[in-house]
Amino acid sequence: MFDISVVWEYRGALLNGLWMTCWISAVAIVCGFIIGALICVARQSGNPLVRGAARVYISALRGTPILIQLAIIFFFLPLAGINIPSILAAIIALALNSSAFQAEILRGGFQMLPRGQLEAAWDFGFSRWQSLLHVQLPQVVRATLPALINDAIDIIKNSSLISTIAVTELMRVAQQYSSTTYRPLEFFTAAGLLYLVLTLSVGSLGQYLERRLSYR
Amino acid sequence: MDLQLYVTYGPLLLKGIGFTLYVCAGALLIGLLCGMALCVIGQSGNWLLRAFYQLYITLFRGTPLLVQIYLVFYGGPFIGLEFSALQVGIGGLGLYCAAYFAEIFRAGFQSLAPGQVEAATDLGFSRWQTFAHIRLPQMLAAVLPSVLNQTMLLIKESSILSVITVPEMTTSATKMSTETFSVVEPYLFLGLTYWLITFVLARGARRLESRLTAYVATR
Repeated sequence: MFDISVVWEYRGALLNGLWMTCWISAVAIVCGFIIGALICVARQSGNPLVRGAARVYISALRGTPILIQLAIIFFFLPLAGINIPSILAAIIALALNSSAFQAEILRGGFQMLPRGQLEAAWDFGFSRWQSLLHVQLPQVVRATLPALINDAIDIIKNSSLISTIAVTELMRVAQQYSSTTYRPLEFFTAAGLLYLVLTLSVGSLGQYLERRLSYR
Repeated sequence: MDLQLYVTYGPLLLKGIGFTLYVCAGALLIGLLCGMALCVIGQSGNWLLRAFYQLYITLFRGTPLLVQIYLVFYGGPFIGLEFSALQVGIGGLGLYCAAYFAEIFRAGFQSLAPGQVEAATDLGFSRWQTFAHIRLPQMLAAVLPSVLNQTMLLIKESSILSVITVPEMTTSATKMSTETFSVVEPYLFLGLTYWLITFVLARGARRLESRLTAYVATR
């Protein structure tokens, strides 16, 4: 009844899908971090307009399902005359979604830093930008690493939703072959296991980094 | 923007909102109850039960909800597990969130000072009394923010159930979109409605939190 050999036959396609899931997630995580860091800075800006805009951005992206954000980006951009391939729409949606979460994580990290540190850095002649890059950010990343890794795992899991806009990542491949071979049980089990391998790997990579980066 | 569409599809969208709330309430109940049961299992002295806990948490948190739902909904009938979309939706979402709730509860129990249990035992409290009167109420107060946060995630995840045609609000809006070839109206409705629900919940959560945890704030 449960015949895993069918899955083995299509291992090439599944691995291609897995690879697609991997690199799309990786690009989304990196872009999300960069945008998230900028949003985090904007959230603490002295200008109330900038601060308000950042708050609305974070609230909107954290308050709505990624599935809806994906549809909005995928359907709305062509209406504005911008035609982009579905892969790009998927990456944009995942990156923007994750940027809001990462911005809040980073904000929590910044709030943990003692205020005197920044003043000390300024007294040493560090510019605002230098003290951010060399004093604050390394500490913040170290402190928020577990949360950031959790977010990375969420992105990998959320990336399964981009199958709904026909990006041929792991989930899409599993859907295609499960319907052509009438073997949904086998293909979705295989997809689940591959996702599990991916999320567990990222989780252990995070633990390794945490150990390496800790002071003790 | 054609506002007339909202009038025509108003009943369908309202029905969808109702279904979303119904599905989320059901899943939340299952999630909290199973999460608590799992948490107790995870603290058991029996290593087999603890191993089951670890396996459950790893499997349900390590794979996307979409995969779990597809597996049961499309794969289930092949091994005699026939469920309706609604059953798979509520049950799947509930069991998925149970893993998160269990971990939240576990962290909550761990945050309690161990001396309290010893003190309770010395005062003649039974194991069960210590649990029900001392550990549980404090744990619930401690995990309230995380539980509410997870509830918001649950509401957002419920949109995924539209892929197996659970008739909740994402399904309603998608139907509206395909029937009228409109895109802006249905998806704007979805985005704003989910945002409103989670926003109201977040606001309410903050008030509930300050009321319910007033007695621990002074600690």
